[in-house]
Amino acid sequence: MAVPSFLARERIVARPGFNRWLIPPAALAVHLSIGQAYATSVYKTALVERFDTSLTAIGIIFSIAIVMLGLSAAAFGTWVDRNGPRAAMFTAAVFWSVGFLVGSLGIATGQLWLLYFGYGVLGGIGLGIGYISPVSTLIKWFPDRPGLATGMAIMGFGGGALIASPLSRQLMGFYDPSYDGTAGTVPSGSAVALLFLTLGLVYLAFMLFGALIVRVPADDWRPDGFDPSTVKSKALVTTDNVSAANAIKTPQFWLLWTVLFCNVTAGIGILEQAAPMIQDFFRTGQGSLVAATAAAGFVGVLSLFNMGGRFIWSSTSDYLGRKPIYMIYLGVGMVLYVALATVGSTATWVFVVLAAIIISFYGGGFATVPAYLRDLFGTYQVGAIHGRLLTAWSAAGIAGPLIVNSVLDSRGTPGELVAGDYRPALFIMVGLLAVGFVANLLVRPVDSRWHEPRKDPASDQARAASTRARSAA
Amino acid sequence: MSTAASSSGDRTPTHTPTGLIAFAWTLVGIPLAYGLFQTVKTALSLFTG
Repeated sequence: MAVPSFLARERIVARPGFNRWLIPPAALAVHLSIGQAYATSVYKTALVERFDTSLTAIGIIFSIAIVMLGLSAAAFGTWVDRNGPRAAMFTAAVFWSVGFLVGSLGIATGQLWLLYFGYGVLGGIGLGIGYISPVSTLIKWFPDRPGLATGMAIMGFGGGALIASPLSRQLMGFYDPSYDGTAGTVPSGSAVALLFLTLGLVYLAFMLFGALIVRVPADDWRPDGFDPSTVKSKALVTTDNVSAANAIKTPQFWLLWTVLFCNVTAGIGILEQAAPMIQDFFRTGQGSLVAATAAAGFVGVLSLFNMGGRFIWSSTSDYLGRKPIYMIYLGVGMVLYVALATVGSTATWVFVVLAAIIISFYGGGFATVPAYLRDLFGTYQVGAIHGRLLTAWSAAGIAGPLIVNSVLDSRGTPGELVAGDYRPALFIMVGLLAVGFVANLLVRPVDSRWHEPRKDPASDQARAASTRARSAA
Repeated sequence: MSTAASSSGDRTPTHTPTGLIAFAWTLVGIPLAYGLFQTVKTALSLFTG
């Protein structure tokens, strides 16, 4: 599929002297926008009232979006790598924005299917394309610090939720003055429709700014003082390239898929239940030692650690190595989960500290995986390979809540659960992390038969000379 | 834009204005700082609420 010339990859190849520090803001402009996907709980109750339906029916909107994220990232990954980040960011901006606009129409006219199609399907496609494109671009611009690069972009995804939650509350309060953002009031359907309209337009402008300033490095570009041979000296890191089609035939891809699936499933188990979980852990009779406002504060703490973990752990992986840092995420994660299940209810601060570190590992796992892929498969089609790997996220998005909810359903009714009721779910997560830990241990360098043929520099020079001669003639 | 690159054949050296980099970082930094501030405010209720 060809793209208009102003979006073409060839048009955005940076000339010598271009400053690569212009690329992180381009990536952040996209990820801060699509990170809104994690802020849907702000208007959930309003949508339940607007459509007179169940929380499950509204929750499906988010599930569709996450499934579409994985599917579109997998399906369009090769297209993204071939056509470059400007075409991808532009396309993501259009899908993400139109998703909001169609969703707004659905809310305004009372048609839930339009919201499923708009935000869920169209928005989900925007999510998938928007997620992978800035990441693979940053990896190419920062071959000396790939963990830092992917951490910066994917931190933006966590940051997007931090922005969208309070912003949405303020905008809904502006459109519906009777809504003040407290638990007792619910914004009207028209306020949510206007919120979607506003967000759709604001995100379009913001993401297009990213598409405008993004550039790709020339094939022969290297950062000052960077010697690729120093990278090769690290175990597991290759200077060869593997295509996306070949990558999925290697055991390394599926081992990493398992690692990501296990890490994300375990993290989602806590994130999904954060507010009720802390109250249940400190329940005394009918009440809880932790008030609803404090529980909301706990969710805020987790959001901060989720975002911070993405940047800090991923950057640290540049020094420790990708395999060792996943041994920490998964191995220390197991210990922390066991501690949460056994001593988590002894004091609030113990519970908060354990959960916060676990969630920082959850974020770190997301942010480090593209750098791990780059180490194993090279930069050639790392976006497309990353896209295929994100199906693990979609699967975890279904498995995580399913495990926790089914365990809790079997233990009692919400509002009456106590710490002990969470133990089976927490120990299932320990088992999952153990599976991920073993999968990570089994990762070895990719067999050379999967490597793309290396370009012969001599023949490249001869071709360039011949082209120059033809031009001169 | 002076930082604009052209086709892959154009290898004329360029210079990215510092002001453009500062502007781009400010544009993404302000909403991020707003989000962080609001979330820290909410998170504090864990210790005070």
